[in-house]
Amino acid sequence: MPDTTALSKSTDAPAAAAQTPTTTDSGPLPGKPRSLWSDAWHDLRRNPLFLVSMVLILLLTVMAIFPGLFTSASPRDANLAEHYLQKPNWGHFFAPDWLGYDVQGRSIYARLIYGARASIMVGVIVTIAVTITGLVIGMLAGYFGGWIDTVLSRITDVFFGVPFIVGAMVILTTFEERSVWVVILSLSFLGWTSIARVARGSVITIKQADYVVAAKALGASTTRIMTRHILPNAIAPVIVVATIALGGYIAAEATLSFLGIGLAEPTVSWGIDVSAAKDQLRNVPTVLIIPSVMVSITVLSFLMFGDAVRNALDPKMR
Amino acid sequence: MGRYVARRLLQMIPVFIGSTLLVFLMMYALPGDPVRALAGEQHVDASQIAALKAEYGLDQPIWQQYLNYLGNLFQGDFGQQIGTQRPVAEVIADAYPITVRLAIFAFVFTVVAGISLGIIAGLKAESLRDRGLLGLTLVLISMPSFVLGFLVQYFFAFQLGIAKPNVSLEPTNGELIMPAIVLASLSLAYVARLTRTSVAENIRADYIRTAVAKGLPRRRIVGIHLMRNSLIPVVTFLGTDIGALMGGAIVTEGIFNIKGVGSLVFEALSKREGATVVGIVTLLVIVYLVCSLLVDLLYAVLDPRIRYA
Repeated sequence: MPDTTALSKSTDAPAAAAQTPTTTDSGPLPGKPRSLWSDAWHDLRRNPLFLVSMVLILLLTVMAIFPGLFTSASPRDANLAEHYLQKPNWGHFFAPDWLGYDVQGRSIYARLIYGARASIMVGVIVTIAVTITGLVIGMLAGYFGGWIDTVLSRITDVFFGVPFIVGAMVILTTFEERSVWVVILSLSFLGWTSIARVARGSVITIKQADYVVAAKALGASTTRIMTRHILPNAIAPVIVVATIALGGYIAAEATLSFLGIGLAEPTVSWGIDVSAAKDQLRNVPTVLIIPSVMVSITVLSFLMFGDAVRNALDPKMR
Repeated sequence: MGRYVARRLLQMIPVFIGSTLLVFLMMYALPGDPVRALAGEQHVDASQIAALKAEYGLDQPIWQQYLNYLGNLFQGDFGQQIGTQRPVAEVIADAYPITVRLAIFAFVFTVVAGISLGIIAGLKAESLRDRGLLGLTLVLISMPSFVLGFLVQYFFAFQLGIAKPNVSLEPTNGELIMPAIVLASLSLAYVARLTRTSVAENIRADYIRTAVAKGLPRRRIVGIHLMRNSLIPVVTFLGTDIGALMGGAIVTEGIFNIKGVGSLVFEALSKREGATVVGIVTLLVIVYLVCSLLVDLLYAVLDPRIRYA
């Protein structure tokens, strides 16, 4: 008996000795254990796509919170007599008349800046709401299986079957006052299905892992297993889907506002501005094209961000 | 195979009932009144409203209304529009052909252009060509269809003058090309990205190396060996996409002034014509369910390892 312990000790010692230098060493040595997250961060910091999108997103966020920093003009000041459809004055950088005036004589530049708030708010809050709902439903279905899974999966199928934009339109038309919150509610109500499906699939794979079985054997409670063991390991694919969906929700808000059933005046929204400029496309195209380009740039920044996060988190990409 | 299809068809029933119920509830349980919408600003006395509601069964409890609707639906009766007094089935049948044509054009364009671009990019992953195409797809995805629609209209109709900004009442196939490209752009970009990822992964697979070593012509390697293995994720996406194309047609039809299902949904929503909206969504749900079944059956064709007992 003492022989075997001595033997195991002697085999352990060189292994431990070999491990010490690698753990103190910095840099991506193959022997060094690094978590998925620190590995992803390591990749992201070097990705130009990520850095560019981060800068754009930061700029848009500051625009959404403190629009006054970018322009002194008000987006709602209308002066039809002096400014009706005034063409852009490209030389006057960041002045109220820089990008011209719209059909109501309002500064297009000011409306561009103030429009960021609605877009970013809808995108971010819908994504958070959808992620939480989808995670809860997907995790419950995946972890418990059986009839709970059957019921929750069929409910997910039902919501998935309803066309997204048409469904949101049906909900929105029933509201008299269409604030940002109503738009957020209608998009969140129908948007959680893909997150739920991804989370369910992810949980089903992970619940068979040894560490979950071990935690169960040690008598850990269901809540503890779910929050401490399953959630942190199942969340990566969910985050990937959520970051990519964020840009889609911003586009959906702009589309609904453009159709006249999303946000409504006096809320400043790029979609409303594009819709109001519809008839000017032939004569003063800038009135329509400038807010359109702004929507696209915003969606593009979040898409690039999502793409970079996916590449960093998806082990298949390495 | 037969048993698998039968089981899938049976599984569709609860999803179908659930989806229609969901739309029905959103349409009728939420505030908003079609009879009042019909009257507009005019003053209508309460007894007239009550009589009209009784005529259309709108005074019954919501579950009763839904059961009636479902019962009629299984007999092919979609109900009647309150405003025009026409049967909903007839109204939809009038609008459907043009949307189906638009969707088919867009679908063909998505498949042909999306898969070709995906292969071109995926065969040389991480090359300049690949990065350029990936960037292009990102730009396409980030343009909501109303933005792309107006840009296309501006350049092709107003600047170059090679197309008309709006289509005529009975559009020819040529007139539908521009709207179809706008409608297809988002799906096209997704298909190109999916194909690209899949091709880039499979090109390193052993069976490709074997095929090359056997001396097979390149066309056969890419066209048969690589494609059959790379198309499964693309086919999955395309299956759910047909329904999305029909839904996305709402915006495209609005921009190009096409009188299809999209314009119909829009009009019906503003007049609160519940039967019309629920009818159209029901059809879209059926299209979606049938397509997802077809996709699952296509898996077995593409990958012989998948068998349905």
